[in-house]
Amino acid sequence: MASVFEYAPAPESRSIVDIAPSYGLFIDGEFTEAADGKVFKTVSPSTEEVLSEIAQAGEADVDRAVKAARKAFEKWSALPGSERAKYLFRIARIIQERSRELAVLETLDNGKPIKETRDADLPLVAAHFFYYAGWADKLDHAGFGTSPKPLGVAGQVIPWNFPLLMLAWKIAPALATGNTVVLKPAETTPLSALFFADICRQAGLPKGVVNILPGYGDTGAALVAHPDVNKVAFTGSTAVGKEIARTVAGTRKKLTLELGGKGANIVFDDAPIDQAVEGIVNGIFFNQGQVCCAGSRLLVQESIQDELLDSLKRRLSTLRLGDPLDKNTDIGAINSAEQLSRITSLVEQGTAEGAEPWSPECELPSSGYWFAPTLFTNVTQAHTIARDEIFGPVLSVLTFRTPDEAVAKANNTQYGLSAGIWSEKGSRILAVANRLRAGVVWSNTFNKFDPTSPFGGYKESGFGREGGRHGLEAYLAPSSPEGER
Amino acid sequence: MPTTAPAARALADVTASDGTLRRFLHGLPGVDAVGLEARAASLGTRSIKTTAKAYAIDLAIAMVDLTTLEGADTPGKVRALGAKAVRPDPTDRTTPSTAAVCVYPDMVATAKAAVAGSSVKVASVATAFPAGRAAIGVKLADVREAVAAGADEIDMVIDRGAFLAGDYMKVYDEITAVKEACGTSARLKVIFETGELSTYDNIRRASWLGMLAGADFIKTSTGKVAVNATPANTLLMLEAVRDFRAQTGVQVGVKPAGGIRTTKDAIKFLVLVNETVGEDWLDNHWFRFGASSLLNDLLMQRQKLATGRYSGPDYVTVD
Amino acid sequence: MNAVERLTVLKTYKLYVGGRFPRSESGRVYEVTDSKNNWLANAPLSSRKDARDAVVAARKAFGAWSGATAYNRGQILYRVAEMLEGRKAQFTREVADAEGLSKSKAADQVDATIDRWVWYAGWTDKIAQVIGGANPVAGPYFNLSSPEPTGVVAVLAPQKSSFLGLVSVLAPVIATGSTAVVVASEHAPLPALSLGEVLATSDVPGGVVNILSGRTAEIATPLASHQDVNAIDLAGADELLAKELEIAAADNLKRVLRPQPVDKVDWSATPGIDRMTAFLETKTVWHPTGSLGASGSSY
Repeated sequence: MASVFEYAPAPESRSIVDIAPSYGLFIDGEFTEAADGKVFKTVSPSTEEVLSEIAQAGEADVDRAVKAARKAFEKWSALPGSERAKYLFRIARIIQERSRELAVLETLDNGKPIKETRDADLPLVAAHFFYYAGWADKLDHAGFGTSPKPLGVAGQVIPWNFPLLMLAWKIAPALATGNTVVLKPAETTPLSALFFADICRQAGLPKGVVNILPGYGDTGAALVAHPDVNKVAFTGSTAVGKEIARTVAGTRKKLTLELGGKGANIVFDDAPIDQAVEGIVNGIFFNQGQVCCAGSRLLVQESIQDELLDSLKRRLSTLRLGDPLDKNTDIGAINSAEQLSRITSLVEQGTAEGAEPWSPECELPSSGYWFAPTLFTNVTQAHTIARDEIFGPVLSVLTFRTPDEAVAKANNTQYGLSAGIWSEKGSRILAVANRLRAGVVWSNTFNKFDPTSPFGGYKESGFGREGGRHGLEAYLAPSSPEGER
Repeated sequence: MPTTAPAARALADVTASDGTLRRFLHGLPGVDAVGLEARAASLGTRSIKTTAKAYAIDLAIAMVDLTTLEGADTPGKVRALGAKAVRPDPTDRTTPSTAAVCVYPDMVATAKAAVAGSSVKVASVATAFPAGRAAIGVKLADVREAVAAGADEIDMVIDRGAFLAGDYMKVYDEITAVKEACGTSARLKVIFETGELSTYDNIRRASWLGMLAGADFIKTSTGKVAVNATPANTLLMLEAVRDFRAQTGVQVGVKPAGGIRTTKDAIKFLVLVNETVGEDWLDNHWFRFGASSLLNDLLMQRQKLATGRYSGPDYVTVD
Repeated sequence: MNAVERLTVLKTYKLYVGGRFPRSESGRVYEVTDSKNNWLANAPLSSRKDARDAVVAARKAFGAWSGATAYNRGQILYRVAEMLEGRKAQFTREVADAEGLSKSKAADQVDATIDRWVWYAGWTDKIAQVIGGANPVAGPYFNLSSPEPTGVVAVLAPQKSSFLGLVSVLAPVIATGSTAVVVASEHAPLPALSLGEVLATSDVPGGVVNILSGRTAEIATPLASHQDVNAIDLAGADELLAKELEIAAADNLKRVLRPQPVDKVDWSATPGIDRMTAFLETKTVWHPTGSLGASGSSY
């Protein structure tokens, strides 16, 4: 947006974070090289600058880490809950103390705007540890039987879109319930997990309780398949989720999956229109749309389509795309070249299938991975861009005529993670919320998260819940009196 | 600039009767308070540095309606205020003048003389400010006197009692009558006293009501109640003038007043303007700050930018 | 003169699908015997098409059943218990035959089964309060988590406990609002098929429970891979079959309840809530609250 009021660059200082030229695996409290000496590079998606060289865990390392976690499990699970709680409180506090450093780090490694890491990711990370810390000595009252037992070693595989937040969602409840952890961060965003290893050191966490194994998909597959893992938690694509479900079939491993989505954001003609526009923008452009619960399908009541689209386009024209470290940046970089090409090819497919793309005037930086905010009109349920998860800043706009039709279209997907409803009519919100097959429904808001609020999907968006009291279940042994399961 | 005519033409049927007016105002899209406040807060995190800050400070100074509305106002006080408005920083002649001084009607002549020869306008509150609890004849007389004394702008208050009682036509009629009393020489600012209207839905309705009735500016508050201008209510009013122009082609100004005391606050409001209605409103013809102490903070920040040193209250004038 | 002993009228056992009692579309039956290998009946040998029809019926019934009030579901389940009570003699005989139990042991099983219906009937309108509720999020939002039924659940009934085991796995599924396609115990399907007759006369809408008899593996395989089945309870599958079915179930990410090791099951124990929560989704709804407004004049 060219204006007489041009904001001067306002970059957050990069010097607050000190990234080492190389990092090892974190096993049994020590940083160590991979057994086969393999390494990979992590780059900053906004500049393609190499940030660091990271040890790449192989099967032997997975085995070593699982053994370390197994060894640590005995003492860790036997600790009084109140002691485990204090470790987690320590971790929460250290994250708060180091949040500015971690926010810059996350922005560098992931490409998302500093505004988001500073105001969303990091506060939520600390809050999540703080929340589950308090559960550690109250598990008897959580509704999972008296003295519920931990499962053992948790193998956790997390994605690149919220690297540290997903780590928190996985590690906090696992440790609170007395499990030990082997976690594999995504190959494009390993750094914050390795900094977390240092936080564990500062907190004095017993060695082996948390092990971090950077690597690619094969590392994750080895972890999931390891026979001495008792619990598998995965956040990522539905395709990989299904593969994991097949891998653990016939074992005693407890599985929770948080997978893809194609969230419908339903705007009725009586919506608070300006807030709806903000909610739509937040729903699909938060974190460049690389959010599993993104509101990637806008279902707008046909009678207000033109008015809403005008407002939406005007609003998109004010989005500021660019240097993720600039405090005024709204849209950062796409996380990787691979993701960028996936977005690009789906958008090309959308155009080829007859949908009409629109983007605001927007200059993309010359290096790094960028995609302009895009919305598609003339989209129907039959279009690929209305069915497949794009995981990018691309909104498909569809229309409906009646609430029934809105619900039918919203539910017409194999996914069931999130949905939004915009209306000033309370009874309509409740009726529609009731009929949506989605794990999280935001009415007159979107993309809100809280450690107390369970999150997770219906249908092929996965199973199990993270957050809240519900989030404990994934890490506790079943209490069935009929016999163990 | 006569604004009533085109607006009235575009939305003539709206004000045809009490019933149509009520239906129109109640048919405006609702406002979700949490979402509105979140958007205002999010724009409040914009980081305005160096050149952008320098631009914003000068713009803000030029948008100030430097105000004194005290029972204890004297000609001396008003003259001093006028001098300050014309030359806010005597040590730096590049400092812009404020947009206006804002005084009670009986001080208009004094103020007019004090700013004579400058670009500074004289605004006068009128219509039994701040409560507005007087007969319409008294209110109109108040306005006419101020206009006759040379006021360039009239800041009227609406009848909040009538508004809250649902008597929208009465509010509308009063505004149109005051507008007429302003004649062609004075621009009309309509104060809603948003703190008394209480809800955002009311503020949106009042904004449209005021614009339909011919307001040149819509203004948040008198500065005399507990809650005055806030980022959220100003954002809401900016959305209203934006939508009104889109529907009628008529541009209306916005004036947040009361409670804006620091440069940081003022810049947040300018960001709201920039990102909600854009540069068409980034001009003191269309956006004002109703304030008094704000000016000195802007001046101190301006000196800091110019010299690199932090300034202090002894280096700006107390008038 | 010796009176001729009256020849009893035998029952033709049929499937229970969509509220009706069809034979297997395949026209096949198989011989069901008691523990001493005496012939009891010919049971329908269901095919994959019967499984498909049962899923269609269960899906069709899901909307109304999940949308019924929890109180209403509780009333209907309680009605099932009332009907069972009236047919105790029949079920005692069938369970005794099926499981080789003495009449009194079988009667105990039937009593426990009826009590289990009553137990679950009472759960329908309480489970949401126990496992759902408001979450105290750090912001101006009302945030409520509620359990919702997952949809169509394929239930492989336990192979040994033909009635108590069956009801112990079926009742929690329908109490919480899902609909069920039940694969009866392969060797002892008669109590399950008779249960269909009870359900049909207990106000349970057609399609809420569908009961198939036959070879567990043959029926379960298409159910496990069926894209319109949301969950599967593997109670009646052996280790090998359970693994195969779990792999197939991954195709649409069914919720899978794995079987207990057979020697560790105690159906007579009072159940926990795990069998209900296994087939419940948690939906969390957010709504802004905000303040009432800001007002007040100070002059």
